[in-house]
Amino acid sequence: MAELNQKIEEAKVALDAHVAEIVKWHFSPESGCPFWLDWAKDAGWDPAAEVKCLDDLLAKFPNFQDEWLRDQQPEVWVPAKFKGKPFNIFETGGTTGMPKQRIGWEDYKIDYSEFSNTLDDAAFPRDHYWLMVGPTGPRRLRLSIEHLANVRGCSCYFVDLDPRWVKRLIKEKQFDQAKDYMEHVVDQATTIMKNRSVSALFTTPKLLESIAERYESEGSSLYDAGIRGVFCGGTTMDPQYTRFLCEELLENKIGFVPTYGNTLMGLAKHKPLTPEDKYSITYYAPQPRASMRVLNPDTNIPVEYGEWGRVELTTLTKEFFMPRFLERDEAIRREPIEPYPWDGVAEVRPFGALTKKIVEGVY
Amino acid sequence: MINIPVLRWGEPYESLETEKVIHHRTGEVLASVGQANPGLLARDMRKAARAREALREIPIKDLIEMMKKAGDLYLNATLPLGDGEQTPDDFARQQSASTGLPEHMCKFNMEKNHFVLNHMDQIFDALTRGLDLDILQRGFGVEERGVPVSYQAQSPVLGMVLPSNSPGVHTLWMPVIPMQIGLVLKPGPQEPWTPYRMFAAFTEAGVPKEAIGIYPGGGDMGAETVSRCGRVMIFGSTATVKNYSGNEQVQVHGPGYSKILLGDDVVDQWEDYLDLMADSIYKNSGRGCINCSGVWASRHTEEIAEALAERIGPYEVKDPTDPEAGLAAFTVPGQAEAVWGMIEEGCKETGTTHVTEKHGPRLEQMERCDYIRPTILHCDSPDLKMANTEYMFPFTSVVKCPQEQMIEKISGTLVASAITNDETWAAQLTDATNIDRLNIGAMPTIALNWLQPHEGSIVDFLFKARAYQTPDERLQRLCNGG
Repeated sequence: MAELNQKIEEAKVALDAHVAEIVKWHFSPESGCPFWLDWAKDAGWDPAAEVKCLDDLLAKFPNFQDEWLRDQQPEVWVPAKFKGKPFNIFETGGTTGMPKQRIGWEDYKIDYSEFSNTLDDAAFPRDHYWLMVGPTGPRRLRLSIEHLANVRGCSCYFVDLDPRWVKRLIKEKQFDQAKDYMEHVVDQATTIMKNRSVSALFTTPKLLESIAERYESEGSSLYDAGIRGVFCGGTTMDPQYTRFLCEELLENKIGFVPTYGNTLMGLAKHKPLTPEDKYSITYYAPQPRASMRVLNPDTNIPVEYGEWGRVELTTLTKEFFMPRFLERDEAIRREPIEPYPWDGVAEVRPFGALTKKIVEGVY
Repeated sequence: MINIPVLRWGEPYESLETEKVIHHRTGEVLASVGQANPGLLARDMRKAARAREALREIPIKDLIEMMKKAGDLYLNATLPLGDGEQTPDDFARQQSASTGLPEHMCKFNMEKNHFVLNHMDQIFDALTRGLDLDILQRGFGVEERGVPVSYQAQSPVLGMVLPSNSPGVHTLWMPVIPMQIGLVLKPGPQEPWTPYRMFAAFTEAGVPKEAIGIYPGGGDMGAETVSRCGRVMIFGSTATVKNYSGNEQVQVHGPGYSKILLGDDVVDQWEDYLDLMADSIYKNSGRGCINCSGVWASRHTEEIAEALAERIGPYEVKDPTDPEAGLAAFTVPGQAEAVWGMIEEGCKETGTTHVTEKHGPRLEQMERCDYIRPTILHCDSPDLKMANTEYMFPFTSVVKCPQEQMIEKISGTLVASAITNDETWAAQLTDATNIDRLNIGAMPTIALNWLQPHEGSIVDFLFKARAYQTPDERLQRLCNGG
């Protein structure tokens, strides 16, 4: 315990130093981007001088507004030091209207290279083939997964699923169309899997169910199809659902790596499941590059460990600074653990899931 | 508190997700019910054929005997329930506590279910119109009149998406097991009691447990049950009924809009039928689809409405354990308030009058549940909004309508009790396709003859009659046990 406490303290010190460095970077004319430099002028205070630690940031910055990522042209986010370097434009949201856009250069590679170090070679063998079945298009995820495969010496096949279209179908109650579209995606995925050697699968929980069901209806299974490791992310996975995936679809024989991430944060790592967890998945932000808190939505104060609250994300890289962004997710606040000595978020689900209908769709 | 698991073809499955069933007055947690995720059912349905196979290993006549035994067990025995046990009194108490129905009505429902199970042979005979059970079992055979017939099961299991608010509906699925068809039950969140107690009684009586699955869950489980089972029975609103209209896989039980129609030949003696009308409206807390929600006549409607209001308007809310309690609680938060809001809105229309108003406020709100006391409206035209409505409490509109317009204006009606001696009108009523169950004569809408099917025969729903030709020699050999 003393060792963990020491690690928690060390992580806090490291995060504070990182916060100071990143804020200074984004709010200094020689390195910062036009958006934040202009913002500081309007705000009337100097973040570069006044923010020395995370608590300063949390106390002084308001919530990041996602409209800023919709309304502003991408070049306002280019830090001076990156000027002239072409960037990737990644999108999130956009079922209707303008999506949120985040620009980037190397961040996704750093996040996913780090993530690769947490993977088990038995489930995700090196020098083999992967398949991603899910949202590609303008999403960071597509390049990230390919990069992750590449750093492990693998190549990756892709089958696209357009979540904006699925959400629209479901909102318009065109359930048959949504089902047909899902079948179409599953057809493509199983065609690749049957004709190529694939050992790792990245997909969403619902698609995983459908792909597994397709194999099982043919008297086979994901394991028989050669799959040894599965990444899943994108929608809610409560403990019962996680257990269902592990026990029934993956037969406790296929490695399972749940993921929580998005274009704005990067990729959180999960605490490896133990029997005591009862399939409750806890994620830890890739600190110090990003930090998450779980807040009481009424008071904006962190909830106690074990309690539900809204997820607040702060992204802290030289490419992108996003303080106190309120995610559209809620989660249980969990204690730090040895490999990740900072707060975790568990059982992530859409914010207000218990009180309103959320379209998560078939994907 | 009892922990109740999901049952996957009879095998308990401890879900990590649970929902609590709460006492509607005290807030006591009665049970924690494991919630199934839709994927569980999707996978289990691959073994649905086994449910029917297991039942086909037992002759129908033996299954019918098992139903009788199960009926006795259900009514009288202490049976296992999750990690505990349940006496018959526990059952009535728990069902009342979670559904809001008074305890004595829950006990009456138990008697009703027992009656159906105990008379399964007669009910079966009625449902199949006297078909030789061996024909249903074998799938084909020769009728007494010498004609070969065949009945083909359309699904190995029947899915049931059950409601929370009306324990009376369970009689509908009781003949399914002796038809050698398995059951996939998705209980209503507040009424897990009957499916689990029936399962315990059935299996103790000898029904193979792998013939029955119980999958508690939310709306997504209901949708999965509908999409995965070849034949499904669901309960819902008029919109639900419309949604599944024309879908032969789904039998929807919606609002009944049941009515009493007073013929011109008897309406001047309306007072003779006041008890019958009041019983049809009020009994079993007015919650059933067979309870009367409209009394239609060409004249005296104001007097009828006043008399009914006088008769049932003063009924008070009583504790659910009170043997005199006649009203059921609304246990879904906000529901009673919303219903009363709709009624108040409807009463704003000219020609609609709230006749029970003088007997005190109707909406009674409590900490965890609400009540609406019996409500009688008068509508001076069949075209008024409130002339054809139904709510899940004792509610009736007394509607003034010329007899010659009545059949058309009543629209879809589950039970019509037409009190008349006018055979010409009776013949028109007999031909009216918008009436499901028809009573001609002084009969309350709630008087069910169990030997006659309710909203379409379940045999017709589960089995398809078809032509079947084979050489006589083979037919004789197989049908005579050769």
